Amino acid sequence: MKKPRTLAQKVFDAHRIDTPCEGMSVLRVDRVFCHEITTPMAITDLMARKMDKVFDRRKIMAVIDHVTPAKDTKSAIQGKVLRDWARRHKLPHWFDIGENGICHAIFPEKGFVRPGMTVIMGDSHTCTHGAFGAFAAGVGTTDLEVGILKGICAFREPKAIKVVLKGRLRKPVSAKDVVLRVIKELTVKGAIDCVIEFTGPVVEKMSMEARMTMCNMAIEAGGTSGICMPDAVTVDYLWPFIKKDFKNKAAAVKAYSRWHSDPGAVYEKVLTINVSELQPQMTVGYKPDEVVDVAKMAGTPVDQVYIGSCTNGRIEDLRAAAAIIKGKKISPRVRAIVSPATPEIFKQANKEGLIDIFMHSGFCVTNPTCGACLGMSNGILAPGEACASTTNRNFNGRMGQGGMVYLMSPATAAATAIAGKIADPGATKSWKKK
Amino acid sequence: MKKFGGEVLLLDRDNINTDEIIPAKYLTEITKEALKPHLLEDLQLKGFDPQSKALADAKVVLTRNNFGCGSSREHAPWAFEINGINAIVAEGFARIFRQNMLNCGMLPIELPKKEITALSKLARQGKAKMSFDLKQQKLTLKAGGRSRAVAFELNDFATKLIKAGGWVAYADTVY
Ligand code: SF4
Repeated sequence: MKKPRTLAQKVFDAHRIDTPCEGMSVLRVDRVFCHEITTPMAITDLMARKMDKVFDRRKIMAVIDHVTPAKDTKSAIQGKVLRDWARRHKLPHWFDIGENGICHAIFPEKGFVRPGMTVIMGDSHTCTHGAFGAFAAGVGTTDLEVGILKGICAFREPKAIKVVLKGRLRKPVSAKDVVLRVIKELTVKGAIDCVIEFTGPVVEKMSMEARMTMCNMAIEAGGTSGICMPDAVTVDYLWPFIKKDFKNKAAAVKAYSRWHSDPGAVYEKVLTINVSELQPQMTVGYKPDEVVDVAKMAGTPVDQVYIGSCTNGRIEDLRAAAAIIKGKKISPRVRAIVSPATPEIFKQANKEGLIDIFMHSGFCVTNPTCGACLGMSNGILAPGEACASTTNRNFNGRMGQGGMVYLMSPATAAATAIAGKIADPGATKSWKKK
Repeated sequence: MKKFGGEVLLLDRDNINTDEIIPAKYLTEITKEALKPHLLEDLQLKGFDPQSKALADAKVVLTRNNFGCGSSREHAPWAFEINGINAIVAEGFARIFRQNMLNCGMLPIELPKKEITALSKLARQGKAKMSFDLKQQKLTLKAGGRSRAVAFELNDFATKLIKAGGWVAYADTVY
């Protein structure tokens, strides 16, 4: 009998073209995603080597997202290098200003990621795309360069950690609270060279947005990727893009079930969490595993609230935040910023009246961009300031030198904006009324 | 192939992340040269001064676990490379950082915690220098008139990348 395989191992088996030494695989890649921070150096190096070619222009997607619109000459040059290259090679999937959004939100939204694919990008949060049952991993510029040129990438065979989520997720507790707890349990180095497989009844009920939020933060535990089994929820999300490939949704669900881990597959570790008991979570230090109950920190002053990023800038996140701030004003002690992650999300939020809610409450609404998440534009902190943020990384100086970042869910960030200090959204009246 | 070995800089802390190695504000630079003065600028470590001669002279970094965690930015290993630091000896690396080093033809070496502790202790004995023998897979640390030799493991693929001078050159000849 064939040895039982995990989902990630199956994807490796289907894409392996070489085993350069024991435990290493060279894989064919189905998608190479590019943004303007890590790609320009790959492009200029390829040009210097006189190898300015792309392996398959339909499999390379590019976007300007980190600093957009450009903030200075240097960021304008980065955008230009990427733009010129995308035009030169006639990339059909290229998103420039007006159509651009955060890579890990816009690429799934356009249906580029499918179960069983291999995806690389010069960005550590590429693990987000594992939510679709793909093997998706962040790489550096050199890996990206070889990916662009040859359509291949080398990886260590990943081990797997299984995270089983049981119980019932009660609003306002969300996927973000769950993943913060998972990182606390695993620690920042607990998942190095591992894929974190999120399974269990709670995951089955989760939307793709929520699954992406969890997979997005796999890297914060050191993980190569997060991954979820493709199911009916995956098919519903992808349906506009795959309907020509399948007779009906049931057929698609059945076909994708080949990308499920086998019973009896081997895991490094199994972590079971009952989410029924889970309270809203947040980070307190400079490492994403320094996680506590929000209630414990309630009352801590903050200077800025930031809702956005590839972790929590999707429509569900904006809905969760807007439900709390509706009809209220943010505290005069804070400034609050919301960045919808893509133009589609922005339009949808507008249609649902969410943008109005944010603006009436005193939020600044920005265009889709990474912006403040990595302290490059749109909301950098001054030394000594603190930000309640729905992003994924709280390293010292991440949102500005000398600034403190508290990672939390959109609901907690919204409650905090109203209170002007850390507030547990479960304790706010408006939520209880619902 | 790059040159490995020389003065050792001890960074005695776990989880030194990519933002500490090279802050995001320098990611709009499009040459490695521009990163040179900013290596480890934001590192929070007692007794460490990014302007010090110890950093300027260093050719090897000796450090703890999960080194280079966080962002995928290759700017982090580049910032070391452009400062002449081509080898890093650690208890462990973040996956992307380790692969980035190999992809640039640099030398990431992982050793057990006990060994790192012993080497760190010795490195504190005065001016410390480390040399590497890739063929024998052995490194030697000399400091304060004493020396310590340690065996390390480097898989075949890693060795090939280092010999080829990086992944682009290797992939272009093999695939
Ligand atoms: S939103 Fe933040 S974490 Fe996500 S891709 Fe942009 S900079 Fe990276």
